[in-house]
Amino acid sequence: MSMKFLSTTAAAALLVSTLPALAQDVSCPIKVGVLHSLSGTMAISETTLKDTMEMLVDIQNEKGGLLGCELEAVVVDPASDWPLFAEKARELLTVQEVDVIFGSWTSVSRKSALPVLEELNGLMFYPVQYEGEESSKNVFYTGAAPNQQAIPATDYFLEELGVEKFALLGTDYVYPRTTNNILEAYLQDKGIAEEDIFVNYTPFGHSDWSKIVADVVALGADGKKVGVISTINGDANIGFYKELAAAGISADDIPVVAFSVGEEELSGLDTTNLVGHLAAWNYFQTADTGANEEWVAAWKARMGEERVTNDPMEAHYIGFNMWVNAATAAGTTDVDAVRTAMYGQEFPNLTGGTAVMLPNHHLSKPVLIGEIQADGQFDIISATDPVPGDAWTDFLPESAVLTSDWKDLGCGMYNTTTSTCVQIKSNY
Amino acid sequence: MLRFVATLIACLTLAIPATAQQADAPIQQLLQSQSDLIVKSSRRTIGPAIDALANSGLPQAQVVMDKWQTRQMWVNTETGLFIYAEEVDRDTLRIFDFADGTEIGEVPDDGYDQLKPNSGIRGLIGTALVQFQLSDPEPDTRRRALDAIERGAEESHLAALRASLGNETDTQILARKQRLERLLTIAYGETDAERIEAIQSFEGDLGVDVRAALNPLLSARIEAADVLPTDPDIGQVLSPGSEQLSRDDAYALLVSADLAKPRISVEDQRNALIENITDGQVAGIQVATLNSQEARDMAYVALADQGTVTAVATEAEVDQRLANHVFYERYVGAPPEVVFAAQAALNAIENKVAINQMFDLSLDALSLASIYFLAAIGLAITFGVMGVINMAHGEFIMMGAYTGYVVQLFIPDYTLSIIVAIPLAFAVTFGAGVAMERLVIRWLYHRPLETLLATFGISIALQQIAKNIFGTQARPLTAPGWLDGSLVINDIVSISYIRIAIFVLALLFLALFLFVMNRTRLGLEVRAVTQNPRMAASMGINPDKINMLTFGFGSGIAGIAGVAIGLYAKVTSEMGSDYIVQSFMTVVVGGVGNIWGTLLGATMVGFLQKGIEWFNPSNTLAAQTYMILFIILFIQFRPKGIIALKGRAAEA
Amino acid sequence: MTDAALPRRQPFALRFPSVMIFLAILALFTVGVTVLSEGFGMGVISTSFIKTLGKTLCLCLVALAMDLVWGYCGILSLGHMAFFGLGGYAIGMWLMYARTEIIVLESLSAAALPPTPQEVSDGIATQIFGVVGSSEFPPIWAFAYSLPLQLAAVVLVPGVLALIFGWLAFRSRVTGVYLSILTQAMTLALSLHLFQNDSGLRGNNGLSGLQNLPGLGETPQSIVSLWFFWASALALALGYLLCAWIVSGKFGSVIRAIRDDEARVRFLGYPVEAFKLVIFTLTAVIAGIAGALYYPQAGIVNPAEIAPIASIYLAVWVAIGGRGRLYGAVIGAAFVSLVSTWFTGGQAPDINLGFYTISWVDWWTVLLGLSFVGVTLFAPKGIGGLVDVLIDRKSPNRHGADLGPDHGALREQEADK
Repeated sequence: MSMKFLSTTAAAALLVSTLPALAQDVSCPIKVGVLHSLSGTMAISETTLKDTMEMLVDIQNEKGGLLGCELEAVVVDPASDWPLFAEKARELLTVQEVDVIFGSWTSVSRKSALPVLEELNGLMFYPVQYEGEESSKNVFYTGAAPNQQAIPATDYFLEELGVEKFALLGTDYVYPRTTNNILEAYLQDKGIAEEDIFVNYTPFGHSDWSKIVADVVALGADGKKVGVISTINGDANIGFYKELAAAGISADDIPVVAFSVGEEELSGLDTTNLVGHLAAWNYFQTADTGANEEWVAAWKARMGEERVTNDPMEAHYIGFNMWVNAATAAGTTDVDAVRTAMYGQEFPNLTGGTAVMLPNHHLSKPVLIGEIQADGQFDIISATDPVPGDAWTDFLPESAVLTSDWKDLGCGMYNTTTSTCVQIKSNY
Repeated sequence: MLRFVATLIACLTLAIPATAQQADAPIQQLLQSQSDLIVKSSRRTIGPAIDALANSGLPQAQVVMDKWQTRQMWVNTETGLFIYAEEVDRDTLRIFDFADGTEIGEVPDDGYDQLKPNSGIRGLIGTALVQFQLSDPEPDTRRRALDAIERGAEESHLAALRASLGNETDTQILARKQRLERLLTIAYGETDAERIEAIQSFEGDLGVDVRAALNPLLSARIEAADVLPTDPDIGQVLSPGSEQLSRDDAYALLVSADLAKPRISVEDQRNALIENITDGQVAGIQVATLNSQEARDMAYVALADQGTVTAVATEAEVDQRLANHVFYERYVGAPPEVVFAAQAALNAIENKVAINQMFDLSLDALSLASIYFLAAIGLAITFGVMGVINMAHGEFIMMGAYTGYVVQLFIPDYTLSIIVAIPLAFAVTFGAGVAMERLVIRWLYHRPLETLLATFGISIALQQIAKNIFGTQARPLTAPGWLDGSLVINDIVSISYIRIAIFVLALLFLALFLFVMNRTRLGLEVRAVTQNPRMAASMGINPDKINMLTFGFGSGIAGIAGVAIGLYAKVTSEMGSDYIVQSFMTVVVGGVGNIWGTLLGATMVGFLQKGIEWFNPSNTLAAQTYMILFIILFIQFRPKGIIALKGRAAEA
Repeated sequence: MTDAALPRRQPFALRFPSVMIFLAILALFTVGVTVLSEGFGMGVISTSFIKTLGKTLCLCLVALAMDLVWGYCGILSLGHMAFFGLGGYAIGMWLMYARTEIIVLESLSAAALPPTPQEVSDGIATQIFGVVGSSEFPPIWAFAYSLPLQLAAVVLVPGVLALIFGWLAFRSRVTGVYLSILTQAMTLALSLHLFQNDSGLRGNNGLSGLQNLPGLGETPQSIVSLWFFWASALALALGYLLCAWIVSGKFGSVIRAIRDDEARVRFLGYPVEAFKLVIFTLTAVIAGIAGALYYPQAGIVNPAEIAPIASIYLAVWVAIGGRGRLYGAVIGAAFVSLVSTWFTGGQAPDINLGFYTISWVDWWTVLLGLSFVGVTLFAPKGIGGLVDVLIDRKSPNRHGADLGPDHGALREQEADK
């Protein structure tokens, strides 16, 4: 405790005196924990992120490391087994003594690691779009909150495509459930009647889509334009899009916007019949900037020509670089000092513009809408101004009154009507 | 950076060809006047720009909209002039002038921004283009115009459509035009008689478009009054608390019509109480005692009596108000006569729709049954006939699918690759099956529980090996073009060709199985060995060889099933485990050792699952859960399955 | 071989020296770990490893149950990890409720009006179910406020489920692989049900943060983990004694006879179904208790824990350890789960073959899978078979007669030697 206090004051002193950051309490090498599943069901998505982290660490080492130390990636495999995320996080923090962790994909794995992070005061960067309703002192959420992906995409449906009737299709787990709850509330707010919202949940890896697609087509029977908002996860998308294509549903008749379909998912699919369907992300590989071109080239050179980049990779890219800058500014890798230095950190997005870390541990990022092209890439047809991530959604009554501000209020779940901090530690 | 310099040089040497463009042509000037809207590219604001183009009367307007819609319109970032262009390669454009369609030259694309109208805007452009396209000599253009009308009809289309009917030569397009004309008449017809006639002409039509045209006519507003008005446009009377009108909504309606006092939410009540705390008391009641809802209600009433807050309705008052009013629908979509005609037509259609939906559901169920059957038929041989529990059966399915994927890597032609993949998948999994039988299973014939464990070990090893070789990402296995699309019987009943192909394949396998088992020497020997291996051996049959071949045959069929399943769903290392439990269930439910049983089992499972899905359309997961529960119960009461073998065969 | 044949009964400890040896080793192990731990000792063993060891002890306990039902009674149940998970859910409900109640009461105490019971309940429900977009308590949470009732549920929920399922299945004489498939189907149905958010147990997210005991926020995990470690060791010791006592008596002889030839036992007049039902239910209860101790250490329980594959792994541990001997189950569970931890931890060195580098993270599962095959084919007695070699115990010469359906299980005759 006293060590931490000392290092925090040391960091603060360094910041004030603006001396070159050369703290004494950094032990070389600086260890970066990578907590991504390399086996089991989630390996499909997470292995890419492990490779991304290794690449980022290598790039940083080529630039001369951090605070005069080499960086070292410590990779563990939680094997898509949620309790293992807690166990491995503890191992990383206590046995390997890493300075920061980059990891997790599913919400449940994050929630599994959360108590350990808070107990041991670790620091984790979480790179995937998620359902919000959380703000932990020890986690930085570099993926999109619902208002950075789902809400803008729904606005796009309402305003640009004139959709009047919505089919919310999702895989039965937390992210789709919560996102759809928020969207239902949001759509009703926007004057869409309850009976014009059709919700369906399917299991992971679902493959028998004909009835659901037929149900969606039948929604058009009252003369309203139908749109599908898909939070279908992973492989199940393949069967879904195949069935859509077979049913001859073009994007002009019934547009589909997906929140979990990116370049990786489309690489398992022949996209000629899907041209024009949409996805909403904060990053697409086709983004036309110099930084992105460099990034894609580096990735392909390292991993192979057929590999693609995607949104969570960019989240790690931004998160890692912000962490490096924050640690440099703080002159130490001490968690509390780095966290304080993180607020207001800016780093250029790969898609142009600048991401800013907010006091609620979320990023401010632009939202992009892309149309699927025949080559499996996305054509970016709409980009918003940067949207600040909102930990607690404004569209559910219970969370509308909540806010998160770790910088000034020092609280991740602050009730603005009663002006009290509901809790400092998360209730997982 | 380098690229930027190169572009700069290229720009300079190409001497900026845009100078050749007619910047003052009327069409260009029109575009410039709308430039902001066009570049902003939002459906909300684009309307005036499209109207200006469509109503300009300029001959080039159609070309502009056409190019714009197909994303061929670009804007020069410096001069702001619009051109259309073809992409020569990634970085070069061949650009054309809108004024006269002349080619300006080839330029690097860095100085130009492509306009990417989203599909909403494309729809609006399409709608505006209709007037130009309906009588276009090109049939494809006319079809596009009809598509546009289907997607977004406007009142003006009706006249244009009627005008174009006379000179239509293509009979198919004519039929579509006539149908659309009638649909538009329903919505925009001038006289009620005309509209009613159009409505009646669609009696019993199943098209979604017909229902889409009729339903808006029935739109109604819910109103409340003391007594039911006798106006002709009054629809059904609703009672509060029913499905169409909840109690809360009904009361809210009364409040908004000033027919009743408002109610207060728990939240607002609390806030009101908090606002009126004085010296730790609310209206003389101690704050500390307000820890139950009753106490708070009393405090609020006390406050209301003091006049500090407005009185609110009590539950009794709410009930009384609701009872004193009548709630009814008032049609607002169309005049009453049209509404009644539409209602009658829809009623007739709805019945037919329901029947057709049942039919469609049955087709889906049949298709699902054939997929389960296909996945289970290999198991019906290895488990049903030989009694070998093969937990790696699902992985044989996966191997077949990956074989298909690998073949497609080498043979790009999808039809040919499938023709090659099917026998190859059989060969690969046959080989794997034979190897597994020789190496593992034959040592465990009398120890079924251990076979289960050993084959499970093989199953997870194979899964992980597939992951190590092919990666964890799903791999594409694409069906040939002639299997794309679906057989559309009407707007409700349709089934994709790939599912029909799987159904046919399942039937073929059934025939093959029956033929092999009943008509060939191998089948005879298989039956002999499974019924009594010693006796068979003494008749000169080599049981080892027969077991090996039978197991290989069952595995090989699983491989072919894998290709089919991969075509319709996905190819991943875990696809096998999605089917293994269901396959075992299918075989056990049907009755072990009988192919007809497996067929019945698959049919039952398929229909059951679709049936449950129909009852609970929003939760497919629940359907699977209940189906498994049902099967567990079914097996309790018919442990031997639907078709139970009797006598000696049952002991084998 | 019945009890009557023995002239006088020796003391339990003497008849079963393996029980005493096992308990002694377990006691030594527990003391050793405590001394080396961070919480009370030298700090050689990290808290995360204490948790791993504590969880391993719970897995040993459920493996014991599996051995009893499979190795001794011949029922290859692929559903015992479902009972294990249910035990975890039962205790997890109380842990979540009680922990959240403290947070909610604290935050509501700052409000201007004293909270109504409804507000407290709503507050707790919002916190627990907010993550699945709900704010109401499902009916199954009716007893979550009470520790004694939820502790009763740890025993009753798996017990009653096993009783109903077993009664249905045994009554219709479903045996052998059919029963295995049926138990697997039950497990699948249960996990699919829990996967749904409508199930009222937070769907795929499950119950999390279970390692933080309500009211003990200040106690460090290094201490809490040791408490659970001791509790797990105690439960394992008691479970071992119970199992040893069951299999030593006449009851044990009957269930082994059922394993070896069910029809013959039935003809002898024993109510085979009743025996099976008792064993099935009892082991389900043991599994539930093991789960209730396991998940507070793991921190999270969710439907993936109940998936059929978990139960298959359980069978594999017992098979690798050696069936029909209680210490075999314990050895198998401890060995496989610890080796798994080591390999997936990335600590195992890669093997460079020149043309290809074998990374254990990728190839460990393949090795595990193939080792099942190896064990069933070449060493049906598993690791426990080594003990036979060590104390020079040989299988009786059956002159070529069939060993019966359960090749690997330790036979009566051998045990009596």
